[in-house]
Amino acid sequence: MKYKSQKVAYWFFVACMVLLVLQITYGFIMAFAHLGYDGLHAITPFNTARAVHTNLLVVWLLCGFMGAAYYIIPEESKRELYSIKLAYIQLISFLLVGVIAIAGYHVNWWEGRKFLEIPRPLDYLVVINVLAFLFNILMTLWKAKERTTTAMVLTMGLVFAALLYLPGMIWFDSQTLDSFFRWWVVHLWVEGVWELIMGGILAYLLIKITGVDREVIEKWLYVIIGLTFISGILGTGHHYYYIGTPNYWLIVGGIFSALEPLAFLGMALFAITMYMRSGRNHPNKLALYWTMGCAITAFVGAGLLGAAHTLPQVNLYTHGTLVTAMHGHMAFWGAYAMLIFAVISYAMPLMTGRKIYNNMTGLLAFWFSNIGMIGMTLSLGVAGVAQVYLERKLGLSFMQVQKEIEVHFFVMIIAATLFSTGITLYLINFFRYGKPKDEAILSETEFESLQSQGA
Amino acid sequence: MLSKKQARFFFFGGTILVFIIFLGMTWDSIANRIPEQTHADALTPEVVAGKRLWDKNNCMGCHTIFGEGAYYAPELTKVIERRGEPYIKSVLTSPVPWAPNGRKMVAYGFSNEEAENLIAYFRWIGNVDLNGFPAKPDIEK
Ligand code: HEM
Ligand code: HEM
Ligand SMILES: [Fe+2]
Repeated sequence: MKYKSQKVAYWFFVACMVLLVLQITYGFIMAFAHLGYDGLHAITPFNTARAVHTNLLVVWLLCGFMGAAYYIIPEESKRELYSIKLAYIQLISFLLVGVIAIAGYHVNWWEGRKFLEIPRPLDYLVVINVLAFLFNILMTLWKAKERTTTAMVLTMGLVFAALLYLPGMIWFDSQTLDSFFRWWVVHLWVEGVWELIMGGILAYLLIKITGVDREVIEKWLYVIIGLTFISGILGTGHHYYYIGTPNYWLIVGGIFSALEPLAFLGMALFAITMYMRSGRNHPNKLALYWTMGCAITAFVGAGLLGAAHTLPQVNLYTHGTLVTAMHGHMAFWGAYAMLIFAVISYAMPLMTGRKIYNNMTGLLAFWFSNIGMIGMTLSLGVAGVAQVYLERKLGLSFMQVQKEIEVHFFVMIIAATLFSTGITLYLINFFRYGKPKDEAILSETEFESLQSQGA
Repeated sequence: MLSKKQARFFFFGGTILVFIIFLGMTWDSIANRIPEQTHADALTPEVVAGKRLWDKNNCMGCHTIFGEGAYYAPELTKVIERRGEPYIKSVLTSPVPWAPNGRKMVAYGFSNEEAENLIAYFRWIGNVDLNGFPAKPDIEK
């Protein structure tokens, strides 16, 4: 940490951790319901649990992106954040809107639009909030003497993400058009502008951890985000196969979405080669694990498992089955959840001056959560493939098939328990750090000397 | 060897080019194709009222429609064809949770008119040309 104002990131990270725990709780409610135990049906029916699970995911990831930006932008622009007060106001109001939305989902106040369930009046509050956030970031950059590529790519990602929220707020009478523009938010976020955020944060972490020359890292950053947009924008077509849209999307969506894994392959190779090139031995092993893990798991979860069902011939059968849920879990986990875990692991020692970055708890947190997530993905994958064959190929009824695949949710719950154990260990490390301190500013010099010793 | 400037050009140039093509295809889809393919002229007030009920109650939180939604309850795109209207009506108006196979649906207890609107919505949905989705099961049992 070089600037006192970077400390605001801490409270965003705390919010991340709390919301993640809630998200997982609702995940268990759904997994048990799939298994036949829906005891909470009267108060938390499946659709409530689902809306809460996925919305909390998005809210904590956004909170993490904001926290990361508040940590990274001052450092990259070599000055304090424009307004610390605005950052706190913005965090509290963001959480308030989130909590109201989540409460609303328990009393049938929502919109049945997958991932965009937040009712329209609250959407306007989200917009105001995000404008306040962007104002703070942009003013910091505006007043800075230096604007690095890394900072600009990260900021570009955040600004585009805000803009792309708007098409999700238009009213449509036609289910087809509603869906069409819902994907401008959902797809163009995760397979477009969020990858800019991911690329920016990864570049920052790699510069810090590996010490490879900034110019080299930022050059490849441009190549990767170039691949992202060139494949991902027209790749939106993989959601326009079967919703009442013209059939030319089958060709365009098929070809371009099949290229999307290249961007994720780029991220993985980027991280691996920069690590191999690095002459130093950074002491923060956990940050290194999560950074490399993020780039590699994103390639597997988003790139490979996305490509597995992206061709129209395959998607005709897998569309809207548990195969999609299988991919959704590992993709979000690898690309975005692990990214935030990496930023937190990197920033915490620097904000607090404590060095809990190479201990058994932290290593077990990494391995348990990742092995647990692989197990969850496998169980959803087996259930999904069985569902596709029995329901879509053989023509058994939906509920008949659900009975057949119930057992896989038992396996999923076991894997999810291992996953949650890993998350718990991560939380233990996180809270052991305690609150950030101004005196921690000194420790970066100390870190730099540690780094050169390792060379 | 690639320079940073060339890499930046690749990013901005590529993005702008692809984005223009995307906007063009979006325009063609919305203005020329989707209205016909979805029978937009058949979006009666009843269908729209049904769609609003579909949204208001987050039916997509359990079911899929056009293959989009959740994986807890059946796909409803062709539900009229599969079940017929009387069956659907009794599900929608049921005062107790509908659970023919043990898995419960929320008991909405819709009025007769609301149920009619939802059925009109399903009928509209069922007539949309979906490029072959859902596929007919193609393996002999
Ligand atoms: C980090 C990046 C990614 C994330 C977080 C992600 C997540 C998701 C999620 C949550 C869904 C379900 C969406 C819904 O039904 O509303 C989905 C669907 C899909 N994803 Fe991804 N994805 C990512 C990248 C990719 C990539 C790179 C590909 C292709 C190569 C891909 C291919 C697909 C396809 C084909 C579907 C539609 C599945 C269906 O028809 O039901 N995804 N993704
Ligand atoms: C203990 C951990 C978890 C359990 C038991 C769990 C369980 C579930 C279940 C049962 C569903 C609903 C599938 C359906 O509609 O039938 C779901 C959806 C989803 N979960 Fe989780 N989950 C867990 C953790 C996570 C994590 C950590 C993430 C992200 C990093 C995540 C992301 C998602 C997404 C994106 C969906 C929507 C998928 C789609 O619509 O295709 N979940 N989860
Ligand atoms: Fe997509």
